[in-house]
Amino acid sequence: MAFAQFSLENAWLIPLLPFVAFLLIVSFFRNMEKTASTTAIISSVISFALALGVVAAVLQRPELIEEPLVYSMRWFSMPGLEVSMGVLIDSVTAMMLFVVTLVATMVMIYSTGYMKGDPGYSRFFAYLCLFAASMLGLVISTNLLQMFVFWELVGLCSYLLIGFYYFKDSAKEAAKKAFITTRIGDFGLLIGILLIQVNFGTLEFVELAEMMPAFALAHPFLVTLMGILVFVGPIGKSGQFPLHVWLPDAMEGPSPVSALIHAATMVVAGVYLVARAFTLFQFSPEAMMVIAYIGGFTALFAAAIAITQREMKRILAYSTVSQLGYMMLALGVGSLSASMFHLMTHAFFKALMFLAAGSALHAIHGRTDIFQMGGLYKKMPWTAGFMVIGLLAIAGIPPFAGFWSKDEIVLAAQLGGYTDLYYVAKITAFMTAFYMSRMVFVAFFGKENPENHPHESPINMLAPMGVLAFLAIFGGLVGAPWVEKGFSYWVRYGEYVPHQADLMTMASSVLIAGAGIALAWVIYGAKWIDASMLAEKASFLHKLSYNKFYIDEIYQWMNEKIVAGTSRVLYWIDLRVVDGAVDGSAKLTGWLGDKLRLSQTGQLQHYAMIFFAAVVLLVAIMGMMGAETAMALIGGGK
Amino acid sequence: MTIGLTHFLVLGAALFCLGLFCALSKRNLIAILMGIELMLNAVNVNLIAFNKFVAPGSFEGQVFSIFIIAVAAAEVAVGLALVISIYRDRTTSSAEELNWLKL
Amino acid sequence: MNETVYVIAFYILAAIVLFSAIGVVVLKNIVHSALLLALTFVGVAGIYVLLNADYLAAVQVMVYAGAIAILIAFGVMLTRRPNMKESNPFNSSAVVGFVVAAGLFGTMAWAILTTTFPLGLTAPTDEISVRGVAKLLLEDYTVSFEAAALLLTVAMAGAIIIAKGAKKA
Repeated sequence: MAFAQFSLENAWLIPLLPFVAFLLIVSFFRNMEKTASTTAIISSVISFALALGVVAAVLQRPELIEEPLVYSMRWFSMPGLEVSMGVLIDSVTAMMLFVVTLVATMVMIYSTGYMKGDPGYSRFFAYLCLFAASMLGLVISTNLLQMFVFWELVGLCSYLLIGFYYFKDSAKEAAKKAFITTRIGDFGLLIGILLIQVNFGTLEFVELAEMMPAFALAHPFLVTLMGILVFVGPIGKSGQFPLHVWLPDAMEGPSPVSALIHAATMVVAGVYLVARAFTLFQFSPEAMMVIAYIGGFTALFAAAIAITQREMKRILAYSTVSQLGYMMLALGVGSLSASMFHLMTHAFFKALMFLAAGSALHAIHGRTDIFQMGGLYKKMPWTAGFMVIGLLAIAGIPPFAGFWSKDEIVLAAQLGGYTDLYYVAKITAFMTAFYMSRMVFVAFFGKENPENHPHESPINMLAPMGVLAFLAIFGGLVGAPWVEKGFSYWVRYGEYVPHQADLMTMASSVLIAGAGIALAWVIYGAKWIDASMLAEKASFLHKLSYNKFYIDEIYQWMNEKIVAGTSRVLYWIDLRVVDGAVDGSAKLTGWLGDKLRLSQTGQLQHYAMIFFAAVVLLVAIMGMMGAETAMALIGGGK
Repeated sequence: MTIGLTHFLVLGAALFCLGLFCALSKRNLIAILMGIELMLNAVNVNLIAFNKFVAPGSFEGQVFSIFIIAVAAAEVAVGLALVISIYRDRTTSSAEELNWLKL
Repeated sequence: MNETVYVIAFYILAAIVLFSAIGVVVLKNIVHSALLLALTFVGVAGIYVLLNADYLAAVQVMVYAGAIAILIAFGVMLTRRPNMKESNPFNSSAVVGFVVAAGLFGTMAWAILTTTFPLGLTAPTDEISVRGVAKLLLEDYTVSFEAAALLLTVAMAGAIIIAKGAKKA
């Protein structure tokens, strides 16, 4: 296994290759579309191979689970602050590397079909490469600051890719919204990082893990504060309530971007960050509780919105928010394994669904309302098939991937003693099955819309979906409870606790998912119950959900009242006080200058006179002080 | 009573200050040039006095004086040329009217 | 040289130098000032003789009392004004100028009188000054000497061009 060893030792190549591809595309291949996309794909395929090597190496060395492999070099240092950059490999990293490189590669191959003929073709691949490089850099970070740098870089890529169609106003607005909203979270994260740096003197994950137990005993409050501040970053990045508003709007970007960034990788960076800094949270039950309840609430809340949305990608986006809430919930109740497991399976099936959605939208030229689609399966059997696989996976039908990971989370909530969150997870699972089935039934099976002339997508778009579909079906088996040394053995925090398969939970999950799908069938498939009648009956709830609980409007209102009011006050202060000071100093300077100007007579003799008078004065002063003092004063002497 | 270095130095200082006074407080440009010549002469007196009293065996001070005389000659030539040029341009040789440095 | 003669000679020469210099400053007619300036130069030449710099004294007489005094006389003539009796007035800040000059003299005199100078660092020689100066000028300071020659040439050419006024291009 020389290759595995090589990959383990040269893991820094994994983010570097896409970055090199980015530089190449930007510098040389801007007008060579084929070369650009080929470079991008080759670089990410090699990265993927290296990531596989890392996974293989980790599987050979179980000690890496407890003791991460770290190699780093000094980045910069100053008194009290030593920051290095490097590579940290443990099983979590290996899993993330695998997922990110896999999805990135698939999305790039898919994009060669999806973006065909787009004027920004090369630019798109350049951005994708930059994103892949930043995301992989984030994954292998050894310390919080390095992670923060890449964290911001992926935010930048997200901004660039959401605003990819920059000539569209909505895309521009969405890009700005995404950037600014996540920045709010990043601010909290930055303060948290500073707080950690000040208290520990280091930002290295490994060192923090060693120092944390003693520190947590001494300062429980500080640890909670740090934990919550650091968690504010993931709230923004991973679209948790109340900073989730940007993620649905981010669907303005091209569909492959939604699949890669806003479903499979970047948005889970927040989850990953919490997992990386898990030592920090582990010692603060309060912070853990905050995470758990925010995650749980987000999961339920986003699912409630998704039920009534009409745009396909928006439904998927709210589903992503909801699933991210799931992952947070799992972390909050203390199960790193369950969270990471769901992160992985979710990456498979959600990326698959986004790519399938992209394929459908591509075929009907951007008609986004699912009620205007209808009957796509006849013309697009493959896409429809993949979408159904995604649906079954996310709904949690065995043996599809989502079933195993969701069950892990539900079990973790139960084991952690969070009975309320257990029910929240169950209800969310039901809603998820329902709204996803609704989308699939309406868009792919209902009555055909004669205005649409769909056609099946080419092979280079179908093949990546096939790979992801395969993983969405079988990828979850690595974590099935019967597998000895399964996923939760490799990816864990602390002791490995093998647990038996809980048949009761499994059965209830299947039942709930089945009920959700069945209900959707009753309403939208067979139409035994009229959907619009239901909407009228519960018009209040429907409106609430359809308008996303008016969160955007609330923000708008807050913006108008609070921000605008504050700014009026600040404007006054700026005008009177700040400008007054500035104008005043300018006036004073002007007045002084007016007076001093008189000393400039233009008479050479006056200047000479002042010169000699100054000489006399200086000599006199120096004579009075004595030569030694005078020399010391002007900085001369020995 | 002997005449020592100090005597010559004080003489030089007095000559220099007279030259300075002349250069500072005369209106005529040529008078200012004269003041400058007096100051240069005072410097020469100093140099030669030091040469004689401090390092009697060498002639470095005198050589310096020769250079100063050469430069002074050049200076007065150019200075007078400037005065004449200004006089032709402005029909004045009064320093107080040469205030173009002021806006 | 007899010591007493030396002392008397110094005081006489110093008096000539200082009084004629005062005359240069104070007199109202610039022609008189120019004449007294020449006298000052001659007095300074005498001081040089007292300082064993006989070659320098000769140079002083030739260059200053000869060339420069005449140049200045030409300058005076070329910038004539109607009333020669008032041709060399003080300006408005003469009092301040006097105070500054007097202050400078005070500080310099104080500095000179309070300093102890190291005397006779090298042994005196019998060599006559012309020979010594010539050796130094043509051996150690050849480059500077040539540079001074160049400077004089350039100054002469420059003075002619400036005084003549450049042709309007």
